[in-house]
Amino acid sequence: MHEIVTSGFLFPNDLHAHWSVMIVLYPYITGLVAGAFIVSSLYHVFGVKELKPVARFSLVAAFAFLLFACTPLLFHLGHPERAFNIMFTPKFTSAMSGFGYIYNVYLLIVLLEIWFVFRPDIIRRARETSGLLKALYWCLALGALNDNEAAFELDHKIINVLAAIGIPSACILHGYVGFLFGSLKSNPWWSSPLMPVIFLLSAIVSGISILIVCYWLICKYGKLALDTDCITTMFKYLWAFFILDVSMEGLELLTHIYAAHEEWHIVSLMLSERLGFSYYILQMLICSCIPLVVLGFVVLKKMQDTTRIRLGLICSILILVQVLAMRWNVIVGGQLFSKSLRGLTSYTPTILGREGLLIALVLFLMPFVVMYVFNLILPLFAKEPETENQ
Amino acid sequence: MKHDRREFIKKAGWTFIGSGLYINLFSVGTSLARSSCSDMQNLYAFIVNTETCIGCGKCVAACRAENHVPDDCYRTWVERYTILADGSVEVDSPHGGEQGFEPLGLKQETIKKSFFVPKLCNQCKNPSCVQVCPVGATYVSPEGFVLVDEKRCVGCSYCMQACPYSARFMNPVTHAADKCTWCYHRIKQGKTTACVEACPVEARIFGRVDDPDGPVARLLASKRLQVLKPETGNEPMVVYVGLDKEVR
Repeated sequence: MHEIVTSGFLFPNDLHAHWSVMIVLYPYITGLVAGAFIVSSLYHVFGVKELKPVARFSLVAAFAFLLFACTPLLFHLGHPERAFNIMFTPKFTSAMSGFGYIYNVYLLIVLLEIWFVFRPDIIRRARETSGLLKALYWCLALGALNDNEAAFELDHKIINVLAAIGIPSACILHGYVGFLFGSLKSNPWWSSPLMPVIFLLSAIVSGISILIVCYWLICKYGKLALDTDCITTMFKYLWAFFILDVSMEGLELLTHIYAAHEEWHIVSLMLSERLGFSYYILQMLICSCIPLVVLGFVVLKKMQDTTRIRLGLICSILILVQVLAMRWNVIVGGQLFSKSLRGLTSYTPTILGREGLLIALVLFLMPFVVMYVFNLILPLFAKEPETENQ
Repeated sequence: MKHDRREFIKKAGWTFIGSGLYINLFSVGTSLARSSCSDMQNLYAFIVNTETCIGCGKCVAACRAENHVPDDCYRTWVERYTILADGSVEVDSPHGGEQGFEPLGLKQETIKKSFFVPKLCNQCKNPSCVQVCPVGATYVSPEGFVLVDEKRCVGCSYCMQACPYSARFMNPVTHAADKCTWCYHRIKQGKTTACVEACPVEARIFGRVDDPDGPVARLLASKRLQVLKPETGNEPMVVYVGLDKEVR
């Protein structure tokens, strides 16, 4: 147990940060979902053909992250066994209870879209395999092995509709996470109408970044040919969304500084004394300014493909760190000053324990295990493009 | 075969919608029953007189004993404000003021003024905690008391983040949100709150607002009063006599 460092006067119940690293991880994973789904939709709805190589993967990535998006909450709750009451006996005025519904609707959309996209593969495998495997694929196909042209055409239409519904759902999902914080008038560091926008944009950039990093790793170690057009297109979208994201974050800070409300005194003290490194240096300087400039060069300047990919990859990793730092700085930062507006406290996550870093790491890695298993059953990077439902 | 499947999907769909509706109607009933309570009148108010409080801490100790408040958690506490001659402000509340206050060790001439401010749940008319609770574990009683059902609370801490007064804590024994109830259990028995009973100087005054001869109604009618953080729109029902501008 780390010692809590305090300064100034804190209300007696403000000593501990109630929302731990688990609550930092929750919007981080949720954000990766939204971003990954947006990439998938860019291909399916907006016809960005360059993204075809990662379209299926991005959809499954969104699903895998979605499966684990709420698990950090279970490790945080005082009574996880009552967690489903949020769905069964909700209080409709609560932003949190609304999230349960949005989450489930979105999960259903993603699940359905995956099923329709992978249906030709499932049918083919159900026909080609035998024994237990055949039974598995037959179950996955829900017994629907009709693979005539008309059926696939209908599938296409459904996929388009689902992807189209999925975009606003993804936006709502992550905008809503921002709303959970932004709507709390009691906390001057959270209470801002810009918060949902910032959460949404940072979600999109983190989702694109993780796809870039995963795609590169899969190609490198899975002996797949990396599609330069595809990864360059992702760099372009990443840069565009990151410009918006950093602008919003900058505007948020500027508004705080310029308005200089009574609370700004303690918030600025908290930023400089408690989050000096993670906010100003890591989030703002290293992980915002560098990718912003370097991605600009990557997108606009002529250079060798290998250089372009390397630079873009470094920027993607930096952006993943930037978004994680942003989540930390918002969620933990908002709890480091007392509502007395006169004192600061501290929070250091433990390594072990229910809400420790080890569990957080395991939870973060679980979606990748899901993707790996999924890939064993249904390859994410199809080698027979003519048979797949795209 | 085709028709069978269509029929099956149709029936499955209706079953899904039906069960969803059932669950939701059940929960809507609960929610409505509880939200209707918030339409009830706030029959009681709590007046804190900062001009008479001596910072003895007996109220904090009485509250802890009455409500079995765990160590390092506070349903009520007392703050000491010391305004120095140079304009700076010192605020402290060692152990929530439960054991009283040691002298600050400052020279008398350096102190402009000093006073004590007891704090407790404000039992707001528009409580943020009730608004944000995802399962309705925090609710408003028919008399206007904001209460927590510890058997329903999921322990998400959202209410603690939402309370502008930091009046709530996570009870380490029940793992549920906890806070001052204005001793609801005592009020229902016709008694007053434990802290009011323990206060030797009548710095804490509690009673019905609709009783014209009661102390609360008289003070509400005769004194100039202030509430904490009125800008939140929570409409707190704890009102202060002699509240200094430095108090948050």
